[in-house]
Amino acid sequence: MTTELLIAGFGGQGVLFAGKCIAYKGLFEGRELSWLPSYGPEMRGGTANCSVILSDEPVGSPIVSEPDVLIAMNLPSLDKYEGAVKPGGTILVDSTLIERKVERTDVRVCYLPATKLAADMGAPTLANMVMMGQFIKVSDAIKMDGLEDAMKKVISAKHADLLELNVKAIQLGYGYEA
Amino acid sequence: MAEKVLMKGNEAIAEAAIRAGCLHYFGYPITPQTELAAYMAKRMPKIGGVFLQAESEIAAINMVYGVAGTGKRVMTSSSSPGVSLKQEGISYIAGADLPALIVNVQRGGPGLGSIQPSQSDYFQATKGGGHGDYHLIVLTPSSVQEMADLTALAFDLADKYRMPAMLLADGTMGQMMEPVSLPEPSCHTVDKPWAVTGTKMQRPHNIINSLYLQPEELEQTNLARYERYKEVEANETRWEEYLMDDAEIAVVAFGIAARVSRNAVNAARKEGIKAGLIRPITIWPFPKAPIAAAADKVKAFISVELSMGQMIEDVKLASECKKPVSLVSRCGGIIPSPDQVLDAIRKSAGGNE
Amino acid sequence: MVVFQKPHSLTDAPLHYCPGCTHGIIHRLVAEAIDSLGIEGETIGVAPVGCAVMAYNYFACDMVEAAHGRAPAVATGLKRALPDNIIFSYQGDGDLASIGMAETVHAATRNENITVIFVNNAIYGMTGGQMAPTSLPGQVTQTSPYGRDVATAGYPIRVCEMLSQLDGPEYIARVAVNNVKNVKQAGKAILKGFRNQIDKKGFSLIEVVSSCPTNWGMTPDKALQWVEEKMIPYYPLGVYKDRSAKEAE
Repeated sequence: MTTELLIAGFGGQGVLFAGKCIAYKGLFEGRELSWLPSYGPEMRGGTANCSVILSDEPVGSPIVSEPDVLIAMNLPSLDKYEGAVKPGGTILVDSTLIERKVERTDVRVCYLPATKLAADMGAPTLANMVMMGQFIKVSDAIKMDGLEDAMKKVISAKHADLLELNVKAIQLGYGYEA
Repeated sequence: MAEKVLMKGNEAIAEAAIRAGCLHYFGYPITPQTELAAYMAKRMPKIGGVFLQAESEIAAINMVYGVAGTGKRVMTSSSSPGVSLKQEGISYIAGADLPALIVNVQRGGPGLGSIQPSQSDYFQATKGGGHGDYHLIVLTPSSVQEMADLTALAFDLADKYRMPAMLLADGTMGQMMEPVSLPEPSCHTVDKPWAVTGTKMQRPHNIINSLYLQPEELEQTNLARYERYKEVEANETRWEEYLMDDAEIAVVAFGIAARVSRNAVNAARKEGIKAGLIRPITIWPFPKAPIAAAADKVKAFISVELSMGQMIEDVKLASECKKPVSLVSRCGGIIPSPDQVLDAIRKSAGGNE
Repeated sequence: MVVFQKPHSLTDAPLHYCPGCTHGIIHRLVAEAIDSLGIEGETIGVAPVGCAVMAYNYFACDMVEAAHGRAPAVATGLKRALPDNIIFSYQGDGDLASIGMAETVHAATRNENITVIFVNNAIYGMTGGQMAPTSLPGQVTQTSPYGRDVATAGYPIRVCEMLSQLDGPEYIARVAVNNVKNVKQAGKAILKGFRNQIDKKGFSLIEVVSSCPTNWGMTPDKALQWVEEKMIPYYPLGVYKDRSAKEAE
């Protein structure tokens, strides 16, 4: 199975980081994968996006132009990529920041107030992790088992105190019934 | 095999270089290769190596020239506009028959261009770049794993043939992360009796030089160098073929373009079109043999490039224009889509029916 | 008995320099310094592009020929790779103060532990006498046929004065080789430049005010007089920076 994921949002929302966490989890599960960021000035406050491909076969092009799953962290990202999602694909919407509904009718949509959920647990910047939890739940691309080991690889020892919080946010997103 | 780790392509080059015994790095900041220099800045002081941010790309390549003269492994990295600046030094390094590694993580051009991925330095890398008759061994990775593996290979080949090697990547390859299994540390040392290390009063002085005021002498030097180039062409041409056995349409692409093309070839096969892929791993020496062989079997070639069409000239030369060669290209920092390649495959397949 | 001998660290290759050119003297001073310090076997020289381009044939130590202006960068590479060897560059005014100014300034500011011999004869000699960054105001050259017009060509660069403003370098001095006294002084400064490197003190640059009878269109004798009367007043001799000496005060 191959899952092509596109995560998009504002710079600073942790879009690349969420992609990295997902990629590391894939690595721990022995999957083939690629992680490709948008790069350049747009990383500073503009739109940022990141392509992650998880597969059982070697990954061809690392560029995701027609995602199986889109994680939209803000309105411009939904506007830009809604049309690109594969028919039958999935769109995860942070409904705290995106007020409108998805117009497509041929995709599955999960609305979750990720920013609010993260804020309620005292860490509003972890909306990306909440979205990641939901992604794990709905995509079957990676599993929850062994999540902490993978997260340890991404979160440096210097910030070890954040590990627990991140994992908690992922679990929150995983448990949310959208 | 070592444990797989996730790394950016730029970082994989840096780590692989260190593991290949390269303890000297000189660079100047430019996007999109910054992670490479940053990695070196962090690692080199801890392992007794040298990281130096030079005052310019010109200074950096000349520092490389200096270290290369001592016989030690040395490298620099940059992106397109910076590599243009390095051309003077590259010509001198080639002219003095010194091994060194130059990494070009290409971005769109000409001029300041863009910072997005490109392959438009193909001509510069394979047809000279600097002045004079010379070649670089040019390796084109198409995965993070190859960013590491070809870096190690580049050092070995440069040493073996006493010539500079270039790793020609692009912004995508530099920025993407993939699982990579890093090569074990190994520096394949070769004897370098020509190196300047001080005479110790035990031998006549060595001179690192590219100046020959007698034309006959310069001609002989160039002829001897081209004899070595023939050996490189005979022994070191590398490529990969994918589904070429029964292919009727041969897609030729390297680096990121080859990744995209592979998707398109798979899609074409699903439609019943017999497409295959020839992926040059060295673009100098260019894999002429598989293309010449394919020219007798396939209906058409498609050259897929992130440029206005540069490699296509080599594809036409290697195939002796026996079959039509079409171009699929995007430029300015844009990558062709698999669909764009697939459309071209369909057209080529249908055109002769 | 003192027997006049050629320094060991000069080869037997006949110099190609013009009659009356002072490169020969400066080569000799460098070689004498290398000999007296006993460092020939460890020394690697970097030759420039300019009249001294073939210096690699004249010095018996290992040599590297650099691209125009890049000698300080090449020397940096050599020194970083071989920190225990002695690295010197030998450069002219066009090489060091025009096309290679960035490399010069940055090697100096890094206090790169190398020795730079800078030969200033106020002209591009090798290419036939064009205006140099150090050509004097009003000086007639092939490319300033009406005399260097500072309104369009700017002013000469005083390298020692400029570099001595940097915190980096160890030793910056200007000497001349137009008479016996000055030659002796020059020899001492060059020796100090090499000794500084052995003592790991850092960047030493010795500017040698030199002459070019051929391109100046003068007899050797007259050229030396011109050094005294025109060059030295514009480029005063002396030590511009000597960090260790200053710290010792």
